[in-house]
Amino acid sequence: MWPQGEENVRHNPLRSKAVLSDLASADAPLGRRRFLTLGAALTGSLALGGKPAIADPAPEAPPADAPWSQSIGAGVVDRPYGRPADTEASVIRRNVPWLTASAESSVSFSPLQELHGIITPNGLFFERHHAGRPDIDPAQHKLMIHGLVERPLLLTMKDILRFPQITRIHFIECPANGGMNWRAAQMNSLQFSHGMISCAEWTGVRLSTLLEETGVRKEAKWAMVEGADGAHMNRSLPLDKCLDDCLVVYAQNGEALRPEQGYPLRLVVPGWEGNVNIKWLRRIKLGDKPWHSREETSKYTDLMPDGTSRGFTWLIDAKSVITFPCPEKPLDGPGLYEIRGLAWTGNGKVKRVDVSMDGGVNWQSARPHEPVLSKALTKFTLPWRWDGRPALLASRVIDETGYVQPTIAQLRQQRGSNSVYHNNSIQTWQVKPDGSVFNVQLA
Amino acid sequence: MYSSRRCYLLLAAGLLAAGCNSARATEAGYFGYGSVATAAQIAGWDIDARGEDGAGLPPGKGTVDRGADVYAEQCAACHGTFGEGEGRFPKLVGGVGSLRDERPEPTVGSYWPFAPTLWDYINRAMPMPAPHTLSADDVYALTAYILNLNDAVPNEFVADRDSLPKVKMRNRDSFIWTDPRPDTMAKPCMSGCADPGDIRIMSTAEGRDLTPRTTGPLDTMQPK
Repeated sequence: MWPQGEENVRHNPLRSKAVLSDLASADAPLGRRRFLTLGAALTGSLALGGKPAIADPAPEAPPADAPWSQSIGAGVVDRPYGRPADTEASVIRRNVPWLTASAESSVSFSPLQELHGIITPNGLFFERHHAGRPDIDPAQHKLMIHGLVERPLLLTMKDILRFPQITRIHFIECPANGGMNWRAAQMNSLQFSHGMISCAEWTGVRLSTLLEETGVRKEAKWAMVEGADGAHMNRSLPLDKCLDDCLVVYAQNGEALRPEQGYPLRLVVPGWEGNVNIKWLRRIKLGDKPWHSREETSKYTDLMPDGTSRGFTWLIDAKSVITFPCPEKPLDGPGLYEIRGLAWTGNGKVKRVDVSMDGGVNWQSARPHEPVLSKALTKFTLPWRWDGRPALLASRVIDETGYVQPTIAQLRQQRGSNSVYHNNSIQTWQVKPDGSVFNVQLA
Repeated sequence: MYSSRRCYLLLAAGLLAAGCNSARATEAGYFGYGSVATAAQIAGWDIDARGEDGAGLPPGKGTVDRGADVYAEQCAACHGTFGEGEGRFPKLVGGVGSLRDERPEPTVGSYWPFAPTLWDYINRAMPMPAPHTLSADDVYALTAYILNLNDAVPNEFVADRDSLPKVKMRNRDSFIWTDPRPDTMAKPCMSGCADPGDIRIMSTAEGRDLTPRTTGPLDTMQPK
């Protein structure tokens, strides 16, 4: 029996006395009728909305069955779609309310400090909207491909689903990820300093397949891709990239795209900045020149220290970050830990990740975890025995082109600090003797 | 299936260069899914105007004066009476000469390279609560007014498909449109990479009151 007596039993709604006595007297296997009775009893107690009482066991108490081990749990389809445990309620996308004028043209950040793999759960994939999230009826959604094509096409979702399928794992990163740290260390958080990156398995059709179906006229050099949202969000892409590896996708981690990720149809442009991955994709127009839309002139251009600007800087350069420890996940006293992190590059595959515990004086190579995929997040770990003294943790990725992730000081020498976008610098976490962790920048 | 003649034409065009060796390569219409878009269907969605040459700008026109009226009604609540911006909504005016400053102010006047982009953006995305609801004439008028607020055009300017591409924007020649990266060519040194005495913290997020909480309910932290 439960060692702490009858009281705990009464507080557990899943263990009402009626149910318990019913179970206790069940010498024979439970028949269908008994199940029905039991079901009614459980439903009744759940409807009261009580939470299971979880008593803090005394530290010296021996392991014993918890209430959930001495009761029957919720049945199948109790949650027909499913959701995380109630105790994970803090693991959510979060925004910086002071950052933007309105939530409709804003961004939310993935809780990287709580994620353990290279795939971002669909409900935690970061969001960036320019005119809010439209809720689109897929039966009315169409994709038009026109301009310098031989055969302009209008495709329904049904049509698009018939094309040969392709599935790929790719990250999407907003080029402003880390933008708040261009001038100085500002956000004391992994979620808010690096959370504008997520990674998913995408399923759809190659853009090249669709463009072969329309035929491409020889003058075509560029594509304008446009969304069905209120911003009619649009960007120009070189035709070469479209024919290389772009995907027109309807599924994310095996299920339909989430509305905030472009349901029912979005573009995935592997390894390139997030906002060219047009969500709610409704139109692709081929042309001979780029469009220079507002989102590639006024925004998403890099202001340099001499007052000039760079446009069409689509590539996401190699970047990495230690996800444990981090400001949200401090250390709990000296001892052996596993440093964990993520690395990625728009140039292809991650070749190596090095970790420093002394602010970049000495480095050790971490272990990359399979799968190491092109233009996808790669996980790395390194065991570390912390002696309890101050430490400066940093990770540095080298990609398959040999490019080495720079320090913020190296990057500022070229780019100044007014860039806003494409801050792929090394992140340093300061570990204090009490185990707390802070976002710092080094000379 | 893929004909050799078709291959030749595509190769001659310099497109899909690898197409002939690819099992996926097909003729236009090979799958036959969907319908050929008609001219009327295309016209319904074909809203883009290109920044550099204004290709795609529709017929219509608008004056600075008319633009002031439309602006007061449709835009001023967020962007301010004279484009100064309300709250954190974008400024449309000012910042000329500020692009090398510590706090640059990129606006239509100080930053935007092409005037037709302004028409295109207002037309496709504004006003924010009811995008793409203004007439082409009103969008021309707003474009004229905002350009005039920035001293990019005179008071008597009339915006139309011919005049907008000719407006010379101040910052037009300050953009490069090819990516010069990589910016850094660091070598992956492994040991003794710096003098430990030189390692110092230049900035820390500790103690700054900028970070929303990352546990519990969403933070409603107010603007600084």
